[in-house]
Amino acid sequence: MATLDIISPLPGVFYRRPSPESDVFVNEGDQVENTTVIGLIEVMKQFSDLTADAQGTLIRFCVDDSEPVEPGQVVAIIEIQE
Amino acid sequence: MNFSDHRLLIANRGEIAVRIIHAAQALGIRTLAVCSEADKLSLPATLADEVMVIGPARADQSYLKAELILEAAKQMNATAIHPGYGFLSENADFAQAVVDAGLIFVGPDAHTIRQMGDKACARTTAQAAGIPVVPGSDGEIDSLEGAIAAAQTVGFPLLIKASAGGGGRGIRIARDANELAKEFIIAQSEAKAAFGSGAVYLERFIEKARHIEVQILGDGEHSIHLYERECSLQRRRQKVFEEAPSPALSSTIREQLCQKAAKLAQALHYKGAGTLEFLYDDTSEAFFFIEMNTRIQVEHPVTEAITGVDLVQWMIKVALGESLSIQQDDITINGSAIEMRINAENPAKGFFPSPGRLTHLQWPVGEGIRIDTHLFDGYLIPPYYDSLLAKVIIHGQTRQQAFERAITALNETQIEGVLTTMPLHKALLQDPAIKTADFDTGTLEVWLPENLHKLIEKEKDDALTTH
Repeated sequence: MATLDIISPLPGVFYRRPSPESDVFVNEGDQVENTTVIGLIEVMKQFSDLTADAQGTLIRFCVDDSEPVEPGQVVAIIEIQE
Repeated sequence: MNFSDHRLLIANRGEIAVRIIHAAQALGIRTLAVCSEADKLSLPATLADEVMVIGPARADQSYLKAELILEAAKQMNATAIHPGYGFLSENADFAQAVVDAGLIFVGPDAHTIRQMGDKACARTTAQAAGIPVVPGSDGEIDSLEGAIAAAQTVGFPLLIKASAGGGGRGIRIARDANELAKEFIIAQSEAKAAFGSGAVYLERFIEKARHIEVQILGDGEHSIHLYERECSLQRRRQKVFEEAPSPALSSTIREQLCQKAAKLAQALHYKGAGTLEFLYDDTSEAFFFIEMNTRIQVEHPVTEAITGVDLVQWMIKVALGESLSIQQDDITINGSAIEMRINAENPAKGFFPSPGRLTHLQWPVGEGIRIDTHLFDGYLIPPYYDSLLAKVIIHGQTRQQAFERAITALNETQIEGVLTTMPLHKALLQDPAIKTADFDTGTLEVWLPENLHKLIEKEKDDALTTH
């Protein structure tokens, strides 16, 4: 099975939830579409959606919720449906 | 007074931390910086006499954590804490905790912060001091029925505001009763989520108004005003370009407004620097109190430029027990000053943040130029905090001279490696409406999409964007 890395294009903080009290956008093992939001990246108090940009199963997050990310860092791995 | 026994901890970062360090060092006070892991190599951490890392990069685990700051204060033998702006500066519990720890809080007491920080309570206090307020609900509203009833006297369009909100956050607009029914519920739950309190109040929305604010300074017994600032040029309710004095006020209205502000400061027995914010309607020459900030403000340097009073030094001096030796009659307006906020944002791309490493930095020099900044050549601007990089403050004998000097100053300024809001300021300085001060708080939101083509930076810099 082929996999694809979801890369953070920005430096900032990665969030898996829309707000601290909310459920996570997606869980490991969930099916995702191109447009599925898998998390938010906060840069200087502004939030950007991070989308899957691929269709398949999100098999693993490589960054924990509320942790800093660097541009180019792998945030999650998707198993692509053939 | 001799302050050399004092050790001032600065519970902030960025340009304001630098500003406070400079003010304290000039008074012979030892300066103690606290910083996050991400700010270890920052300018305030370098300039302060002593520095301590208190937590990780995220502000909620460092600069916003009162217990970490108090612990650092204890370990560093601080005698006083200056909170700057933002972070814990208007947190009454923090101010009280500082005092309970046996230290001096540079600012008003916890009671005043609480009283004036609560928007509904501030309104009542202002009214009691004879200051006109925007027509609004009588205190907080806790039900939709109550909101509909209050809207009858407040009138539409109106704003639903979170009592605990601020900085333009926690505000929704309703233009009629239907919108009120919808927005009120959202406003309540948003206020609860954002500020931990669902308390909201209603206020008439004055569509074409200027934002004018009066600087006050007190020692707890006597207080003065230092005239006004005009901060109407805002984007998403964040100030972008400020000036002092306001080009819109007649001297009669100016005196009325500022005297009322000073009277309120006196009634509060205000200690420290504070700001009373007003909406001003050009046509009717009416002003309405909206809220008070019980801290130093970002745009304080324009007031310092026209009055010659060092506000940050005075806040420290009165906190440490010195009496305010300046009288109201000593305060006069000398010329005109403007402040341009240089943010790490790309104005051509919706003001998207642009953190990163500075590859080249050059500030302008010349008459009437002041730069408040924490930047240095090679500095890595972290993505975790506010995007404010620098304030370019320009003083002239006239407003026109300040504008002319500002154009020269910005043309001489070079900030490379990140994108900034400099192109916005260059365009504003050349705009006929801005030059003639023909604007209100809604102007910039309309101006921006129309003038977007003027905000594209040269291609060399554009290539550096990561998106």
